[in-house]
Amino acid sequence: MLSRTADNLFWLARYMERAETAARLLEVGARIAMLPNSEQGYRNEWEALLHANGTHDAFMKKYGDPVQRNIESHLFFDRENPSSVISCITAARENGRIVRTALTTQMWDALNTAFQEMRQIEREPRSDQSLNRLTDWTRRHCAMVRGAMDTTHLRNDGWDFLNIGYYLERADSTARLLDVKYWVLLPHADFVGSGLDNYQWRTLLRAMSLHRAFHWAYGGEITARKIAHFLILNPQTPRGLVPCVEALNLHLDRLARYYRRPTEAQAAARNMMARMFETSTETIFDEGLHEFLMRFISEIGDLGSRVHAAYLNGDVR
Amino acid sequence: MKLTVEHVTTYVYDQPVRGVVQSHRLLPTQCQNQSVERWNVTVSDGMMGGSFRDGAGDQVQAWTVTGPVERIEVRVTGVVTTTDCAGVLRGNRELIPPVAWLGETGPTMPDSGLKALAAGASGETALPLAHDLSARVSEAIAYTPGATDAHTTAAEALEQGQGVCQDHAHALIACARLRALPARYVSGYLFTDSDGTGHEAAHAWAEIWIEGLGWVGFDPANACCPDERYIRLGCGADAAAAAPIRGIARGPGSERMEIAVAIASAQQ
Amino acid sequence: MTNYFNEMMENGAVRAPYAHLQGWVDQMPAELRNLKQAEAEALFRRIGITFAVYGEGGDPDRLIPFDMFPRVFSGQEWSRLERGIKQRARALNAFLADVYDRGEIVRAGRLPAKLVYLNEAYEKAVAGIRPPKGVYSHIVGIDLVRTGPDDFFVLEDNCRTPSGVSYMLENREIMMRMFPELFAQNSIQPVEAYPEILRRTLASVAPEKCDSEPNVVILTPGHFNSAYYEHSFLADMMGVELVEGQDLFVEGEFVWMRTTEGPRKVDVIYRRIDDAFLDPLCFRPDSMLGVPGLMDVYRSGGVSICSAPGAGVADDKAVYTFVPEMVRFYLGEEPILQNVPTWQCARGDECKYVLENLGELVVKEVHGSGGYGMLVGPKSTKEQIEAFRAKIEADPDNYIAQPTLALSTVPSFVEEGVAPRHVDLRPYCLVGERIELVPGGLTRVALREGSLVVNSSQGGGVKDTWVLAE
Repeated sequence: MLSRTADNLFWLARYMERAETAARLLEVGARIAMLPNSEQGYRNEWEALLHANGTHDAFMKKYGDPVQRNIESHLFFDRENPSSVISCITAARENGRIVRTALTTQMWDALNTAFQEMRQIEREPRSDQSLNRLTDWTRRHCAMVRGAMDTTHLRNDGWDFLNIGYYLERADSTARLLDVKYWVLLPHADFVGSGLDNYQWRTLLRAMSLHRAFHWAYGGEITARKIAHFLILNPQTPRGLVPCVEALNLHLDRLARYYRRPTEAQAAARNMMARMFETSTETIFDEGLHEFLMRFISEIGDLGSRVHAAYLNGDVR
Repeated sequence: MKLTVEHVTTYVYDQPVRGVVQSHRLLPTQCQNQSVERWNVTVSDGMMGGSFRDGAGDQVQAWTVTGPVERIEVRVTGVVTTTDCAGVLRGNRELIPPVAWLGETGPTMPDSGLKALAAGASGETALPLAHDLSARVSEAIAYTPGATDAHTTAAEALEQGQGVCQDHAHALIACARLRALPARYVSGYLFTDSDGTGHEAAHAWAEIWIEGLGWVGFDPANACCPDERYIRLGCGADAAAAAPIRGIARGPGSERMEIAVAIASAQQ
Repeated sequence: MTNYFNEMMENGAVRAPYAHLQGWVDQMPAELRNLKQAEAEALFRRIGITFAVYGEGGDPDRLIPFDMFPRVFSGQEWSRLERGIKQRARALNAFLADVYDRGEIVRAGRLPAKLVYLNEAYEKAVAGIRPPKGVYSHIVGIDLVRTGPDDFFVLEDNCRTPSGVSYMLENREIMMRMFPELFAQNSIQPVEAYPEILRRTLASVAPEKCDSEPNVVILTPGHFNSAYYEHSFLADMMGVELVEGQDLFVEGEFVWMRTTEGPRKVDVIYRRIDDAFLDPLCFRPDSMLGVPGLMDVYRSGGVSICSAPGAGVADDKAVYTFVPEMVRFYLGEEPILQNVPTWQCARGDECKYVLENLGELVVKEVHGSGGYGMLVGPKSTKEQIEAFRAKIEADPDNYIAQPTLALSTVPSFVEEGVAPRHVDLRPYCLVGERIELVPGGLTRVALREGSLVVNSSQGGGVKDTWVLAE
């Protein structure tokens, strides 16, 4: 397929995943806003999530106060914020429109419907928008696009590029969320176990819609080690790092087979996987969670560049 | 006259480029004014593309260089025997009719200055008129290297009264077309005597269509018509269209170009 | 009061091709009609067939109005049209092959040299280059109007990249989905083979250097272009790649496209961008849309470009006047289709006539399109006419004038029910190894009452066009 087509599919998926991340952050932000304001730290909570999203400075400059209306504007409506739901869905749909013929009718329908409804929401008065409606709406449409893709898309190379986009974005966003919590709020491992800490970790799980799954899987007290295992190493966690890397391996291997050509991207993904399998929570904490996550984020970034060079930039020989 | 040519153009990019595409008019025109004994064009790391003869009789050769590349050298070497045909281009096979060379292009767009210059020329028939036009252009624009650049228009050069062969040719073409004489830009080489007569070894002049004679060359920069010191490469509506080398590099960064031309008489 | 030819009703009786439609309309209550109209619109929006008008701003996802009342030709009417269209397409191609070669028609004095060689669309760069099979214009869109049962006139020729064929195909699809019974009652010749024939036509003009199954691509200016939908639709229907300039590059003697598996050679480019943007090395140096070096590959026979660069010289509005002459000169035949009488403002005497009769005439810019920059005399105010007079006087070469034609009408669905509205027709003739024409075309309809301007940018809509089997 044309390199540009593959690139458009890759970004379509990344933007859809990014839209979902923004909606999830929005939900958490709203939850924070509902708690009593007296306790120190809730505001920090919100700022930490903006750090993970990479838009903290832009938010502070434009809005200042993290009150609900500002949060909504920033994460849902603001076209100047490239990570807002509206920016992401617009970009995903535009990428989809460019490669219309590489999508199934159902996928295009799901994508286009999300876009058309979004424009309707934009036209309605803000007072009519409940935050729950906005986040539900986003998650529903992200699920519909993903679902249409899963059920109708040919298992061809395009399918692989879509999935690579999805999983690269997801791995990156999970690692960043995890890192922000650790880095901003937990400089010393001794603090783990305090009441404040538990609340912060719960917020993190909620941001990934994983708070209930966590309790089913681990039960008992929330500890940094359990969280790290759950989000990094547990092969069952839908937004965990290991499942993302596994999926990236699957799709890069499929591409290499399909094109009868091994790539550096495939080799890099294999190395990542091998190292993850050798990793335990102990080794992570020995290295330092922050150091581990920084390395992971840079490796994911590097993998993205290798995918770009191997398939997307058009200089493939 | 037997002339040897050595023409080296070097392109240097400040950062490696993804690739380069070039279109060359670097072969001497096949005509009675000149005959090629030996001719060779090389492009460093280049891959030869398609070649063809265009509607004006020019032989065009395409080249590509696959990057990353930082430096490209285009080298032309050859030996040509020339004949003085009193400026008349003889035996060039072309399909484009003279009338097609009446249309203006950006660099030859007339302004009031060019119109006045053209209107002042006289001649009962086309030939003396063309000579007078050429003489007036020579007079109006003093040969001054560095006074203009590649994008200077005929009108601008006339306004400042200074220019190089490109400006002379553009101005003459504009004036000739104003007097309803088809005209075009010619690029080539000029043999310069050791005593310094003749400007610019990589040279350009104009051709004007004279009914009954055909295309006749005029070189206002040297106030003469092309003779055996001239080697003709190709033509076009203006300098850009007639350029011996046209190229585009793909990639960021800027390009620096160096040209070295040596034309020598091969006799003795 | 002008008497317009109504294609359905003649002297109070229904004309034969429309026989089955009378009952269809009678049996359709207003509510059903509204429902169907809404259904059609939803279908169009869903498939994404929208258009944007340059420079008008507004909704980029605007729909072109679709009128459900079909336009019908009998098989006999069509076969005469078909012969006329093919004849014209042949003559136009013969003309192009000639002017880029020796220009015999000019040498013979049948056509003024300046009109051809100083024309903006004449490309010196392709003189002497003979494209495969000698074809320059591979898709010829001929705009026709009708004034009587047997009276068809050619309004203009489109030899470059006529658009709108996706509407011809989608209009038919939607009619078949909504009114299957109509297709059972009438034997309507299908148009769905168009993409297949187009692909075959393009493949048939692959360069001689191509020694395998030709790789055909469509070159689009990009997804911001108003016709992007059509480009992507045709690519999909033909099963070929839709590429932008950045997807192609030149290496050695060929053009290649960038794929995830490495470079793949391209043999035939159906381009939907203008000459000026094809190759910055040859034409506009500032063009970001094109492919550097493409023209050298084309001229040395490494790739075919459809339509050929320079083909526009045949559809210039001033050259148009001479098309009947081309038919006689190159084919030795009498033209089957007539031109609309045209006055060239470039000629003093004709310009005088035009200026004296502005109120009766339609005046157009020689290079204009899309219904812009024109004056419809009978529909204009005194002020508009005077303003236009000044424009013509300032630059007479830029204008031509034609009589106001009594465009035929076809019943159309309007607010009040069914009423006659003026129409034109654009069939798409394909020229490659063979000359082919699918039985149909794009009927454009001026939906505003009394309006004679059918352009989509000026309130025009489209209809499905039927050709009945004989």
